[in-house]
Amino acid sequence: MRLRRVRAVAVKEVLQIVRDPRSLMIALLIPLMQMFVFGYGVSLDVKHIPLCVQDREASQASRELVRHFGASRYFSAPRPLAGQGEIVRRLDDGTCRIVLVVPADFSRRLNDTGAAAVQALVDGTDSNTANIAANYARAVLSAYSAGLRLDTVQRRGESLQTLSPVDVESRVWFNEDLESRNFIVPGIVALVMAIVGAQLTALTIAREWERGTMEQLVSTPVEPMELLVGKLLPYFGLGLMDAAICLALAVFWFGVPFRGTLFTLFFTTSLFLLVVLCIGYLVSVSIRSQVAASQVALLLTMMPTVLLSGFAFPIDQMPALVRGVTFLVSARYYVHILKAVFLKGSGLTALALPILCLAVYALVLVVLAARAFRKTLD
Amino acid sequence: MTDAVVEVEGLSKRFGAILAVDGLGFSVGAGEIFGLVGPDGAGKTTTMRMLASVMRPDEGHVVVDGIDVLAHPEQTKRHVSYMPQRFGLYDDLTVDENIRFYADLFEVPAELWRQRAETLLAASDMTRFRTRLAGQLSGGMKQKLGLSCALVHTPRVLLLDEPTTGVDPLSRREFWQILYGLRAEGVAMVISTAYLDEAERCDRLALLHRGRLMYCDTPAGLKARMPGAMLEIASPEPRRLRDAVQGLPGVEGVLLVGIGAHVHVDDAAARLPQIAQALAAAGVETTRMETVAPTIEDLFVALLERGEKAS
Repeated sequence: MRLRRVRAVAVKEVLQIVRDPRSLMIALLIPLMQMFVFGYGVSLDVKHIPLCVQDREASQASRELVRHFGASRYFSAPRPLAGQGEIVRRLDDGTCRIVLVVPADFSRRLNDTGAAAVQALVDGTDSNTANIAANYARAVLSAYSAGLRLDTVQRRGESLQTLSPVDVESRVWFNEDLESRNFIVPGIVALVMAIVGAQLTALTIAREWERGTMEQLVSTPVEPMELLVGKLLPYFGLGLMDAAICLALAVFWFGVPFRGTLFTLFFTTSLFLLVVLCIGYLVSVSIRSQVAASQVALLLTMMPTVLLSGFAFPIDQMPALVRGVTFLVSARYYVHILKAVFLKGSGLTALALPILCLAVYALVLVVLAARAFRKTLD
Repeated sequence: MTDAVVEVEGLSKRFGAILAVDGLGFSVGAGEIFGLVGPDGAGKTTTMRMLASVMRPDEGHVVVDGIDVLAHPEQTKRHVSYMPQRFGLYDDLTVDENIRFYADLFEVPAELWRQRAETLLAASDMTRFRTRLAGQLSGGMKQKLGLSCALVHTPRVLLLDEPTTGVDPLSRREFWQILYGLRAEGVAMVISTAYLDEAERCDRLALLHRGRLMYCDTPAGLKARMPGAMLEIASPEPRRLRDAVQGLPGVEGVLLVGIGAHVHVDDAAARLPQIAQALAAAGVETTRMETVAPTIEDLFVALLERGEKAS
């Protein structure tokens, strides 16, 4: 490999990038846009579920119960409903997801027997949200019941200890507020880097074929490895800029806590960048049309990263076969690393295994990319 | 030839069912301009690509400068310059940047390529445009830039695929001036061309048809091979003339030219009176009728027609 030829290819590529401000803008703006779209679009938190209430008693006790629901941030301000017909209509048109029905004998039963039932009607179309809504409702109710019980016990003058002898005091580590955004956004950084990285290089060889410059280029003594390194270097720099943009947005805009070191972050990002740049290059070598190469690169990076990297869907929960496939997805390692660096502040030693996997991945792809390029027209 | 720089033997290339190049063989010596002529689809570009080792032949041998191209495709590339038919330089780089890029790829020492670039650009009257983007050059200037890039290292073999297509006459003349200079330096050149007046400037010519080499000789030698004679008949109505003459006994072919038609006959003395008689009978007006030396175009048509008949 001759340094002079590598430099010549790199300089040529930089001149071409700089002289095409449109593509440069795209390379820097697209990640910005994607960060916002995915950052706001992808959220697994369920908050402000539309709630309707039919209070058939309208006593002090029932109003107190409804007030508890209104105070919870999981539910919207309760909207009162009149009759049975309206319940069905509201659930049908989606203005409410959950309806709380307080029976007419609510406080009477509560006073007489010490136990009363309320009904919750849940729209089960979106089973996940329905489950969560029902659980939230249960939680609000049990908090309300606990309050009632406390009152009763105190009135009787008994000790509190007898109520619940064993209690779990759970404490959440790493993502203390259980904000799904905190673990989604680092994954989104990986997603954006995968998409943009492969796009950067997907065009570079296909463009030479389309413009007819390849025929002359392959007639020169330039070696495939020199071409690969020369072409990747400028895009590597551009990719690192993109990474800086994404990471800055994650920390300063989305407020994801960053507990690791910048070195770990950029070291691992460089490895991942190398992987995706090589994927784009490989696609570009095999598909000689710019449009097709760009589409294939998008498909190859976006699909596996969204579905199989564990960025939103936990890998542990996947069937064994699919879990096996995820080991072939480079983003899996990077997502794991990013979440750990961001939330746990893990360093190189703690992440040695995924880093090693990523490094091996990068090495294999570099070799493949250099060998895939043939200096012939047929 | 003992000092052959390019030696081609039994070269064949197949694209699917089509045999694009079929058992080609020729050699080119140092300081020789070797022309490949033939109609579109004759296999000129495919042959060029195989010589430049950017395409693998299915059969045959190519030896460039003593190195087997098939066995060591990369080694020959140092000493060969190839200018493809389609402009292969970067539109978004300037003239200087393009030259610099190729100088770097061929690892030409800095002082040397700067000096060569200066000379080449001056010779092709391009010095003024050094900082202009290649995409903004005219067709002729693009080709001259292509040649400058191809010559920035000192090649022993220069391969030019239809280099002057779409180039204005003045630029063409400058182009050929540079080629003559290279011939004096001993560079072996293979040039394919669709311009038959340009073919006449080559030292030797290979006539290709459907991937096969029909004839290979000097322009003069090829002309001498043409059997029979060429009659030039001046007429204001050449199409009627052609219709009247075609099919007469002894007439091998008719080619329309600027002033009338060139008629290829087996024997000038015997056929001239017969043709004059036929034209008079058909009422075709003629102003002059005489035997002339055949041009390369006449030769081309005559030889191809004969080749067609033979095959």
